[in-house]
Amino acid sequence: MTPLIRIQREDFSLQDEIDALAAGRADIGAVVSFIGLCRDEAGTLAALELEHYPGMAEAEIGRVAAEAAARWPLIGLVAIHRYGLIRPGEQIVLVLAASVHRRAAFEAADFMMDYLKTRAPFWKREHRADGTLGGWVEAKADDDDAAERWNR
Amino acid sequence: MNAAAPIPATGTRPVRLVYFAWVRERVGMADETLDVPADLATVADLVRWLKARGENYQAAFANEAVVRAALDQVHAKPDSPLGNAREIAFFPPMTGG
Repeated sequence: MTPLIRIQREDFSLQDEIDALAAGRADIGAVVSFIGLCRDEAGTLAALELEHYPGMAEAEIGRVAAEAAARWPLIGLVAIHRYGLIRPGEQIVLVLAASVHRRAAFEAADFMMDYLKTRAPFWKREHRADGTLGGWVEAKADDDDAAERWNR
Repeated sequence: MNAAAPIPATGTRPVRLVYFAWVRERVGMADETLDVPADLATVADLVRWLKARGENYQAAFANEAVVRAALDQVHAKPDSPLGNAREIAFFPPMTGG
């Protein structure tokens, strides 16, 4: 099982990625997908700007994916992360985990997202609706706690 | 004679430094290649050396505990040995996903 990792500016299609993952095989019993969206709770956000570390972003997500593949019996694993300007409502990240049974797929997708948030070198900054540049989004301790629980 | 005594490294070696997000803004550039003293042992030693170079580095590393580092695109800690790393990155805690 070779994980598929893509870092791209363009949007992605959940159905296209599931179709590609499942093409020509009938042994997959479960696909769990997670999509992270750009949200605007206060109505003040024009877009999020995602900066990334080219090279390391692919490498680090690849290392996380290899850990997931070692922990769960996966048939397929996909991680796509966008960079650049992303507007509220648009997709930022996709994780797909495929396995024979659902438990491994659920857990692997959850694990991937926890580690993607704390280890993948991406940084968000806000562009406000009034045209001004907002600050860099601060990392949440909750995210570190979520990743840490896989070590318990 | 103590045969196990390490030989101190001398001279300098070129290292590519890359900065991201607010670390990049505070340093004032995205990347640079510097000749760093070969006797700097750890990430923390390099940060100390950079801070002595100017106010921009002092601003970037004002709270050293917050800034993360990577050696040749692998996450590192303050006490990680620099080894022969050719590309050293500094950046804030990550906020992707």
